[in-house]
Order: sequence, then structure tokens, then C-alpha cells
Amino acid sequence: MSDSTAVGLHHEHRPELLHHFATEEQQRDSASLGMWIFLATEVMFFGGLFCAYLIYRGWYFGDFAAASKSIDARLGGANTAVLICSSLTVVLAIWAAQTSRRALLIGMLILTMLFGVTFLGIKGVEYKAKFDEHHVPGASFSFAHEEIPGHPGQYANPRHAQIFFALYFIMTGLHALHMIIGLGLFAWLLYAAWRGRFTPEYHTPLEIGGLYWHFVDIVWIYLFPLLYLIDRHK
Amino acid sequence: MSMATATAQPAGQTIERENYLNKHYGVGSWLLTTDHKRISLLYLLSITFFFFIGGFFALLIRLELLTPAGDLVQADTYNKLFTMHGMVMVFFFLIPSIPAVLGNFLVPMMIGAKDLAFPRINLLSWYLYIIGGVMMLHCMLTGGVDTGWTFYTPFSTAFTNTKIVEAGLAIFVAGFSSILTGLNFIVTIHRMRAPGMTWSRLPLFIWAHYATSIIQILGTPVIAITIVLVAVERTLHLGIFDPKLGGDPLLFQHLFWFYSHPAVYIMILPSMGIVSEIIACFSRKRIFGYTFVAISSISIAVFGFLVWAHHMFVAGISVYAALLFSLLSYSVAVPSAVKVFNWTATLYKGSIRYDAPMLYAFGFLGLFTIGGLTGLFLAALGIDVHVTDTYFVVAHFHYIMVGGALMGYLGGMHFWWPKISGRLYPEGWARLAALIVFIGFNLTFFPQFILGYLGMPRRYFQYPQEFQVLNVLSTAGATVLGVGYLLPMIYFLWSMRYGKPAPDNPWNAAGLEWKTPSPPTTFNFKEEPIVTWEAYNYEELDARPDEEAPSVG
Repeated sequence: MSDSTAVGLHHEHRPELLHHFATEEQQRDSASLGMWIFLATEVMFFGGLFCAYLIYRGWYFGDFAAASKSIDARLGGANTAVLICSSLTVVLAIWAAQTSRRALLIGMLILTMLFGVTFLGIKGVEYKAKFDEHHVPGASFSFAHEEIPGHPGQYANPRHAQIFFALYFIMTGLHALHMIIGLGLFAWLLYAAWRGRFTPEYHTPLEIGGLYWHFVDIVWIYLFPLLYLIDRHK
Repeated sequence: MSMATATAQPAGQTIERENYLNKHYGVGSWLLTTDHKRISLLYLLSITFFFFIGGFFALLIRLELLTPAGDLVQADTYNKLFTMHGMVMVFFFLIPSIPAVLGNFLVPMMIGAKDLAFPRINLLSWYLYIIGGVMMLHCMLTGGVDTGWTFYTPFSTAFTNTKIVEAGLAIFVAGFSSILTGLNFIVTIHRMRAPGMTWSRLPLFIWAHYATSIIQILGTPVIAITIVLVAVERTLHLGIFDPKLGGDPLLFQHLFWFYSHPAVYIMILPSMGIVSEIIACFSRKRIFGYTFVAISSISIAVFGFLVWAHHMFVAGISVYAALLFSLLSYSVAVPSAVKVFNWTATLYKGSIRYDAPMLYAFGFLGLFTIGGLTGLFLAALGIDVHVTDTYFVVAHFHYIMVGGALMGYLGGMHFWWPKISGRLYPEGWARLAALIVFIGFNLTFFPQFILGYLGMPRRYFQYPQEFQVLNVLSTAGATVLGVGYLLPMIYFLWSMRYGKPAPDNPWNAAGLEWKTPSPPTTFNFKEEPIVTWEAYNYEELDARPDEEAPSVG
């Protein structure tokens, strides 16, 4: 070919380099860009829910405030702390891989997963309470005689409160599903770390797994005030 | 057709060069392949299957409308027919058609890459498509859906007894297939370009697919979450969208059209990319105003996200919102017109050849222009009130989706068929088919503009006597159109066995994909190409003698 020449690629390359990439840098950049784009998709996925939530919160503010008051903000707050800690351990895990500290890497991954499981456990306790109080939307839903905060003697409309609880369960449920998927990813990362696959040169899976984990955390950072802290002070 | 290009292909039936088609044999080598070209063929088979299912429904619809009385099917069956026609054609044919078949095959080759950035995710996206498709088939065979493809609430969540949830989940799964394809393309275009393949040297097909991918990754998740809400509302009898229970049906329409309007651009943008390639090649000129055509793809994608509520002018949105959305809808006409005028300017003083791909491109130009201009009628608030939910709307969007997207798809299939199959299709038959499609299409859908303007509503299985003549014309056109679609399928299949072996570059076209053998080898290029020329350097190509035409492998 007159206008193209071969690029010498025949130097030694590591087994992680897939055949269709020219360089390790290209492979790493692709993987991380791919995860960022996936997260953009996720933002739009949750965005539809946030949009619906904000509209109904505007329309039925008092009913939403009453319904919000019935969920336990202390548990939600504890979960927020748990998730923030788990984001820290993810970052420390990546740092451990970059500096060849294998034991620390494995420890941090285990700790991250423990935080994740704790989050789901606390979430389960909250769901159980809602279930016992008949606040799960559906045939046996009931939300009678719940006062609107700041308006003594005014009761929330159960239908509108049911919309709150529907959105609460869909939003936190999808978030929990993302946590479960994240735990699966981290189980795999833990296995790979235990096998010694990550080195200061190659730890892309940790980085993109970490991006995913941080994203799931950030969703919760928005969910917590929106769902738990409506008109709490009244 | 210039056949002088040097080729290593022997004339007889002797040993074929190793290529992506004959490298491995067996079902497993196809079902587990990560080669973007093989996945493209898997998609080609599956979307063709769904195209003919959707086409079959269309044929039944047209047959029912042959007479004013509802005599072929009952009203309920008719509702299911147009619903399933829409769902199958939109989600299982048009949206995956060009990106998943031609885009999959060509994006890596056009930018000089060995494969897409994530070959396994590419295969996963095909499997998701198949899972969604099987769910949709199961839904169809066990009763289908009767709400119209838009499944508006609260009818879909509180009233109809048909299989909304199953159809919704099928679309949900297929949607993730679409998202993964878009994600793969964006990363590939950013990170996998060959040395020297700068953004300003990218073929316009790539720009179009980049814009399409943006819509796929940002729009599709919104319809996904909408489907989740519909499914939950229907299953648990909640009131998220049901006004009786405090919900807002308009919110559903907003969420639905936030994806489903940009989805139209998922269908039409790749088609525009194909037309840019074909027009440049068959008029032997660099595309006029390359930068403007490239940027107009991006701006169509961006503006496309800001116009959705023009589907809701009569649904009860505020007058001010309607005014704003009307204005924004008009603004999409600007980048669309930039494209049409630049293509026309490219033709000016070009050495035009009328091969089959070019005939489809001409068809696209005319039909897309009509579809686009009638879109402006609908974006005008006053006229929209008159023609909402009439056959005028049906005719308009078929001019865009069938006259535009499908014409481009067929043009692209003919243009790149020699590269895909390594065989030449019969040119005479192909030109005839292009002509039949064009005539059949106009005969089918032009009368529907008039019907709609006269007041015939869409989605009814019977109509007053005075509409019959135009409906008979339309049904006659549909049968012609059906023949026009069957022909290419027959001669493409025929050519795979009996067609003449294709040279590497039968059209003497610019573009990296033509510098590979026909059919290409598994990793496309023997050596990583280095690009030193601008896109569409046809003047240069034609000035050079033929023996310099490169032949890799």
C-alpha cells in the first residue's frame, strides 16, 4: 500500500493486552471511557425516576412529607455513612494495587464488600418495617390518619402517599439491585486480586469497578435527602 | 462500473483466500464469534426475520383497509395488528437496522481498527436483542398487545387485557442491546482510530453513527425506566400514571416521547451517513461542506432531544410549552436542510453514475425531503390540531422511516454488499428493485397524506365510503412495495452462490473499508493503516491511474 506503512508492534506485550488493541494505554482508556459512558446511561435511567419524583413531590408536597416522616431517617443516615466509608475503601484498594500492596488490596476489597452487605442488611430492616406497617404499595396498602407535618389536623391523602411509597420502593429497590450487581463485580475483583492479577501496571478492572461503585454511592447521596428528609424539621 | 481494480481473487471456483466467512465453520463459530463482521451478519439475519414479520402485519392492515367495511379481521384483531406492526418495526427492525448491521460491519473498518473496542459486549448486545425478540414473538403468539405501539397510560396500565408487561419487558431488553451498541461505537470512534485518522478525516458515516450513539445511550434508558414504571403500575395497580389514583398520564407521554422522538433520529441519522458515502462516491466528488454535514449530524442529535412535546400538542400541555416546542421543532429543520442542500451541491458538476446504491440515495433525497417538509406542517400548532391522529401523520412518519431510513439501509446494503459477501449482486435486477420500491412506496403513502388531510383518522379498521379510492391506491402500492422488498432478498441470497466474485474495490470508492480484501480477513487490515489523505478524495483518486489502487492481502 503506497500510503500506509506498518507500525511496529512486535515488542513484548503482556497477556492482558487483547489482540485488537494496539497498546495497553489504548486498552485502558477504552475501558474507562466505556464505563463513563455506561454511567451516563445510568444517570438517564435514574433521571427518569428523579423527574417523576420531583413532579409529584411538587404536586403532593404535604402527603409526601407525611409519608417521608414514616421512614427511619436514622437508618438512612447510617446507610449514608456506610456507603461513604465503602467509597473510601475502594479508593484505598486501587491505591494498594498501584503500590503493590497485595494484602492491603485484598483487605480493602473485603471491607468494601462488608460495607455493601451492611448497607443491604440495613435496607432490609427498613423494608421489613414498611412491610409490617402496610406501607408497601398494592392491595394491602394503608396510610390512614397520618398527619401532614406542620399542619395539625390535616391528614395525608393515602393515594398520594402511595405514589411516594411506590417511588420510594422503585428508587431504593433499583439502587439496591445496583449494589447487588456491584457486590458480584467486587467478588470477581477479589478473586482476581487473590490470584495476584493486579499490578501497578495493570489494574484497569479495579478502576472501572471503582467508578461503578462510586456511582452507586452518589445515587444514594441524592436519594437519601430526597426520600428521607422532606420537611423533617417540622 | 470500474472493474479494473487489481484483485488477488482467481477467476474460477478455485481455492478462496482466507476471509472472515470461511476462517471457521460450524454453528458454534458463529454463535460465539466476537468478530464484528460476523456479528453484523447475525444481526442481518435476525432483523430481516423481524422485518418480514412486521411487513406481514402491514400487509394484513392494508388488506383490511381495501374496503370501507371491517370485513377481513375484527376490530380487536386490527388493533393488535397495527400495534404489533409498530412495535416490531420500530424496536426490532428500524432501530437496530443500520447501526447493528452496517455500522457493526463498517465502523471499525472505516476508522482502520481491527474490531470494535468491546467485541464481547458486541456479542452480548446481539444476544440481548435475540432474548428481547423471542419475548416479543412469544407475546405475539400468545395474544399480543392492542394499545398502539405508544402504549399510552392509563389505557395500557388500567384497562386493556393484553400482554403489556411482556411486550414492555421485550422492549426493555432490546433497549439494552441498543445502548451497548451505542456505547461500543462511541468508545471505538474515540479510542480506536488509526494513526492519521483525525476527526476531520472521518467518513460522514462515522459522524452519523457517533450522533446516533449519543441518542442511544442517553435516550434509551429513559424509555427503559418508563417501561419499569408502567409494568409496576399495571402489576400492582398503582397510580403513577393513572389520573384516577392521583397520577399524571401526561408525565408518561413526556417520558415516552423523550426517548421515542429522538428514536426517530436513531433511525434516520445512520441512513443520512450512508447517503453521504454513496453520493460522494457516485458523483466522484468530495462531499460539499464536509464540516457542515458532520456537525449537522451532531446538532440533529442535540436538537432532537428538545422537541419531544410536539407529539403532545393536543394532549393538554400549556400553550406556552406548545409554542416553545413548535419553535424548537422548526429548528431541527435547519441541520436537516443543511444536509439536503449539501448533498445536492455535491451532485452539482459531479460525474454522476446511476448504479443501484445511487438510485436508493436519490430516492432517499426526494422522500426524506417530503417527509421533512410535512414534518413542518405537523410542527405548526394550527395545522397540527387539524391533522393530529389522522393518516397525514401516518404518511409523514412513513416517509421518514421507510422512505428515509429504509431507503438508506437498502442503498447501503447494495453499496457494501460486495465487501460483505465478496460477491457482486446483479446490477440490472437491483436497479429494477430500486425503481419498484420507489414507485410502490409513493403509491402506498402519498394517498395517505390526502386521506389524512380529508380527515380519515388512524387506527380504525373501517372508514366512510368516500375514502375508498385512495385506500385502494394505497393497498395496491403496498403490494408493489412488498415485491420491491422481496427482490433484493432473493438476489442477495442468489449472489452469495452464483454472483461474480467481487474485486476489493468495485466502485473505486474512497474510504479505508475498501482497502481491505473482499470479503475482509478476520482482523480487517494486514497492517495498521496510516491515514494521510482527507475523506472523499475522489478528485485525487480519479487523477491517479488504477494500478495504484492498493490491495492488501
